[in-house]
Amino acid sequence: MECPTAAELENIANKLRLHVIEMTYVAHSGHPGGSLSAADMMAALYFGVMKHDPQNPSWEDRDRFVLSKGHVAPILYAALAESGYFPIEDLLTLRKMGSKLQGHPVRGKVPGVEMSTGSLGQGLSMACGIALAGKMDGKEYKTICMLGDGEMQEGQNWEAAMFARQNKLTNLIAIVDRNRLQITGDTENAVGLEPFPEKWSAFGWQVIIIDGHNMRQILEALDKAYKAKSKPTVIIMKTVKGKGVSFMENNAGFHGKACNDEEFQKAVEELREVIQ
Amino acid sequence: MTGSRLAQRSYYGKALAELAAEDPKVVVMDADLAGSTKTSDFQKVCPERFVEVGIAEQNMIGIAAGLAASGKTVFASTFGVFATGRCWEQIRLGVAYPKTNVKIVATHCGISVGEDGASHQALEDISIMRSLPNMVVVAPADAYEAFAATKALAAYDGPAYMRMGRADFPTILNEGVEFRIGKATVLQEGNDVTIIGCGQMVSFCLEAAEKLRAEGISAEVINMSTIKPLDEEAIIESVKKTGCCVTAEEHSIIGGLGSAVAETLSGSICAPLERVGTKDTFGESGNPADLMVKYGLTAADIYDAAKKSISRKG
Repeated sequence: MECPTAAELENIANKLRLHVIEMTYVAHSGHPGGSLSAADMMAALYFGVMKHDPQNPSWEDRDRFVLSKGHVAPILYAALAESGYFPIEDLLTLRKMGSKLQGHPVRGKVPGVEMSTGSLGQGLSMACGIALAGKMDGKEYKTICMLGDGEMQEGQNWEAAMFARQNKLTNLIAIVDRNRLQITGDTENAVGLEPFPEKWSAFGWQVIIIDGHNMRQILEALDKAYKAKSKPTVIIMKTVKGKGVSFMENNAGFHGKACNDEEFQKAVEELREVIQ
Repeated sequence: MTGSRLAQRSYYGKALAELAAEDPKVVVMDADLAGSTKTSDFQKVCPERFVEVGIAEQNMIGIAAGLAASGKTVFASTFGVFATGRCWEQIRLGVAYPKTNVKIVATHCGISVGEDGASHQALEDISIMRSLPNMVVVAPADAYEAFAATKALAAYDGPAYMRMGRADFPTILNEGVEFRIGKATVLQEGNDVTIIGCGQMVSFCLEAAEKLRAEGISAEVINMSTIKPLDEEAIIESVKKTGCCVTAEEHSIIGGLGSAVAETLSGSICAPLERVGTKDTFGESGNPADLMVKYGLTAADIYDAAKKSISRKG
């Protein structure tokens, strides 16, 4: 498959955003804010960069994706459905009893979901295990772990960061969605992360800082991370929580709340306007 | 041979070293305690499939889950308190919930850890691991059974927890003993009281039965080396015959073997049950044998519990 252009990927990202708004609206719950901030990267990964086969989710040479910030399951489900892992209409079963689309992702329940996540701070350790298995088995696949920035307050992440360096997991890519907002507000007012890039450097990682809504920067960063030879890579993507829907942008209130009827209409209108 | 004293962890290490050659999928992990847990025996023969995580148990479980999700059979070891309590939620999310093929094998469980004191004496581990869906919980009676259980767990595809002690335990089974997950063993048949034990307490159950026999009381002794899934059939069959029951574990009476047996009996037979174990308390530093006496974990305590259970029969 030929890689779509940056413009095409941006368009896919907005389609994924629209799914997120619809899914969480129908579910009357879920986490739209952090789903929207991650949308551009998710489009780049699933439709541009990652080696994967929706018809064969357990293909042993596939790149693996672990969503450590499991609460943004809607954006992952949207990317998987649009990729062809399961029918798009299933998306509207999100959070309903009996649905495979649980509030947080579950391994073995949804094709394409590699690990169960939802309790923060654990995905990077799991990704280390997958990357280590790849090295043991002489496989070429990459393991990509997306983390929230607030989640970096969990100490286990830094245990995993040390382990990755120690074990030369150059096949591991962490992506931090640096939207700066957690439930209580600004990450720096909760327990500050800065100097954030310096922390990763000190832990022995290659650090790439990008605008997480600039598709060219996203693709360049992933390309560099895929070619890493000596260190694990972290891509710190500066993003806007709620990106793409005006009243959700930089609004911590939409961390874990779906749109009401009026908001839903407005959000859908805004997104439909930009989708080609 | 039976009658000697051997450390379970030594036989865990021996089994792992054999598995290194037998099963290329086996990966062994440790958190800076390989010399104590004896995973070092595996490391010596198979360094390429041994993973040292440093002093980071939560990370160890997450990595174990990732390895298992990539086709590995993972044994992750440290001391019981850390292997279960420290990373219980990591086990819940990464191992139990998605049923990844991770075996959490703990040494240094129970009060016989001794001098290190309460911070290092796991007395709650069975309870908190048993409450996790999909989790198998195993507590072998002696070193030979620990060896067999290690092999059985390697062959089993799913999450499991195995607890072992630190000290050398009396050997009561034969070398080469068979172990089947979920299968209790009747070590001695009897008619007057059922005594169910796990771990090193099984040897004290046998001692207590001996003492009871001298008084003409016939005790049935069951080695319940799998606590989950519990061999309910074995319990019911025995207690139907004897009419009363005693459990013995080097663990709190809250949530462990005694609780599991009580849950079974409460749903099936009306029979007295006495539980030998620690009584909602932490341990302390001391000589293991002295601690076992102080905390009511001896053959004499089992004997007393049996007499009491018998006296409560209707």
